[in-house]
Amino acid sequence: MDKFTTLTGVAAPLPIANVDTDKIIPARFLKTIKRTGLGVHLFDTLRYDAEGHERPDFVLNQAPYRHAQILIAHENFGCGSSREHAPWALLDFGIRCVIAPDFADIFHTNTFKNGILPIRLPRAICDQLIEDARQGDNARITIDLAEQVVVRPNGEKIHFEIDPFRKHLLLNGLDDIGQTLQHAPSIDAYEAKQHSEKSWMPAITVG
Amino acid sequence: MADTKPKTLFDKVWDAHVVEQLPDGTCVLYIDRHLVHEVTSPQAFEGLKLAGRRVRRPDATIAVADHNIATSDRRAGIKEEDSRIQVETLERNVAEFGVPYFPVLSPQQGIVHIIGPEQGISLPGMTIVCGDSHTSTHGAMGSLAFGIGTSEVEHVLATQTLLQKPARNMLVRVDGLLPPGVTAKDLVLAIIGRIGTAGGTGHVIEFAGEAIRALDMAGRMTVCNMSIEAGARAGMIAPDETTFAYVRGKPYAPKGEALDRAIAWWRTLPTDPGAAYDTTVVMNAAEIAPMVTWGTNPEAVVPVTATVPNPAAEPDEAKRAQLQRMVEYMALTPGQKMTDLAIDVVFIGSCTNGRIEDIRAAAAIAHGRKVAPGVRALVVPGSGIVKLQAEAEGLDRILLDAGFEWREPGCSMCLGMNPDKLTPGQRSASTSNRNFEGRQGPGGRTHLVSPAMAAAAAVTGHLVDVRELG
Ligand code: SF4
Repeated sequence: MDKFTTLTGVAAPLPIANVDTDKIIPARFLKTIKRTGLGVHLFDTLRYDAEGHERPDFVLNQAPYRHAQILIAHENFGCGSSREHAPWALLDFGIRCVIAPDFADIFHTNTFKNGILPIRLPRAICDQLIEDARQGDNARITIDLAEQVVVRPNGEKIHFEIDPFRKHLLLNGLDDIGQTLQHAPSIDAYEAKQHSEKSWMPAITVG
Repeated sequence: MADTKPKTLFDKVWDAHVVEQLPDGTCVLYIDRHLVHEVTSPQAFEGLKLAGRRVRRPDATIAVADHNIATSDRRAGIKEEDSRIQVETLERNVAEFGVPYFPVLSPQQGIVHIIGPEQGISLPGMTIVCGDSHTSTHGAMGSLAFGIGTSEVEHVLATQTLLQKPARNMLVRVDGLLPPGVTAKDLVLAIIGRIGTAGGTGHVIEFAGEAIRALDMAGRMTVCNMSIEAGARAGMIAPDETTFAYVRGKPYAPKGEALDRAIAWWRTLPTDPGAAYDTTVVMNAAEIAPMVTWGTNPEAVVPVTATVPNPAAEPDEAKRAQLQRMVEYMALTPGQKMTDLAIDVVFIGSCTNGRIEDIRAAAAIAHGRKVAPGVRALVVPGSGIVKLQAEAEGLDRILLDAGFEWREPGCSMCLGMNPDKLTPGQRSASTSNRNFEGRQGPGGRTHLVSPAMAAAAAVTGHLVDVRELG
């Protein structure tokens, strides 16, 4: 996983609430066995018309935002399914940070696991950032994870909260499995205890 | 020392699975059951392979293909190449990693959330995960069951644990009893209408109260299934005699003396008197009518007797725009009666409503009636076992005689990953759980309803209050 330290880039404004995972990546694109290549289908139904042509009014089809690395949206971003294809599609497009008033739980977890930083900020601040983002190339936004600040184009710094454990993993590009395996002795001990205390629990075998 | 603080059902199941608590409060949480399907697992197995890791507990894991597979005759295999590759990849992975698997042509095959409880794989007091948000379904057993992403699938395969922080506790208590003709589906839609699609964010919802206690296991699963549509991490219902009677005799459930020991523990799980919830919602079952969604998220729901809301009445500008977009996408007119909406397609199935009880409810309405001209009505049992049971009861004949299609088990038109899809502009009455734009096929318009309401729409050709059909 790539480290996340600081990021400066164009932010795409997406002032919509309840952006669901079907919007981010419709189910018909889930038939892949890889993590990459989904970026062209990010927001597919908003981005393309029925003939597959780009809709010029959709933000990611407009010049500065084709290279957006930050996305700013409204409440409950990422609701719906658990598909990790949603963050994969965002990442494949180039988005490394999503800012919204709040996120759906599973999506929130999934972003971290893919090196995307989800930032929760109050709606009023999101709206300010959306106004900044509307200036396109003229308004770069900086995210400094170590300092936990979003820097507006006018230099104003906005503090955000983040779980310290998640921050540590992101800053160092660490993967969760490696972290957890450091606790292997505790897992072994738990299993031994469960084996005796919950011996009623059947093993699954087929055939 | 015994911890005497009163605990909720969630607290108890959570505490019983904490392997270790890290300094910042994150827990290494042990997972008892891991259900795996073809869509969210290929990248996880790939990750294991790349890292040279094995599956830690194949005996706590079960795999099945459900999302992609055709619901027509499947002996010929899967025609669409990308779907076939996903299923073949799963089959290769389970063979390579020694994971138990229910093959596509076996009667045990079905939607992962139907087969877990049906096989006795999902049991009370367990932690259960699956790379699918509707894993919340299994919470009906009195387990802590939640959906995870593919990275977490890989994490569980490798470590049999997850890194998690405890959720907040939410109680949804439904007093009184549901009126005749009103089902678990209507109840959960009414709950979502009340608390909203983000109402449960960060919480695990415990459903309790007289109306919940009175539900059979199928109804409880329908309710827990849609906890995720209320934004919750999971839904749970305390295990009771109904649960124990359901578990008894299931293929993978404990038997005899082992079952007695299990039940003795399960009886300790219900929430202690005086335990605190972070949020409490109380509803009155008697006030709930058959429900139908009108918009493109599950909180856009009204009683079937109501009319399409008027977005202009919404004071918040952003919300108004969203409602306006819904009305347009769904091709509705504010003030229009819901019962005036003609239906093109009816879909009965999914992990929300694909159990035998749901098919019985649909068949009861279909009996002696005919699907209205121009309507396509599909019934897709949730598993091979459900299908066999329905056929043993003659329900397939009733449905076929009425003009319904009787299909092979799978997710089908719930999400349109297989050939069962809406075409642009088609309007469906669907027993599934999501009505997002394009969920059942690009441009499709979905109205979520109960199985009885769906069958009633099929035979009348429009949305209708099932209570009028008698
Ligand atoms: S039936 Fe629908 S909601 Fe359930 S697992 Fe399948 S696709 Fe998901």
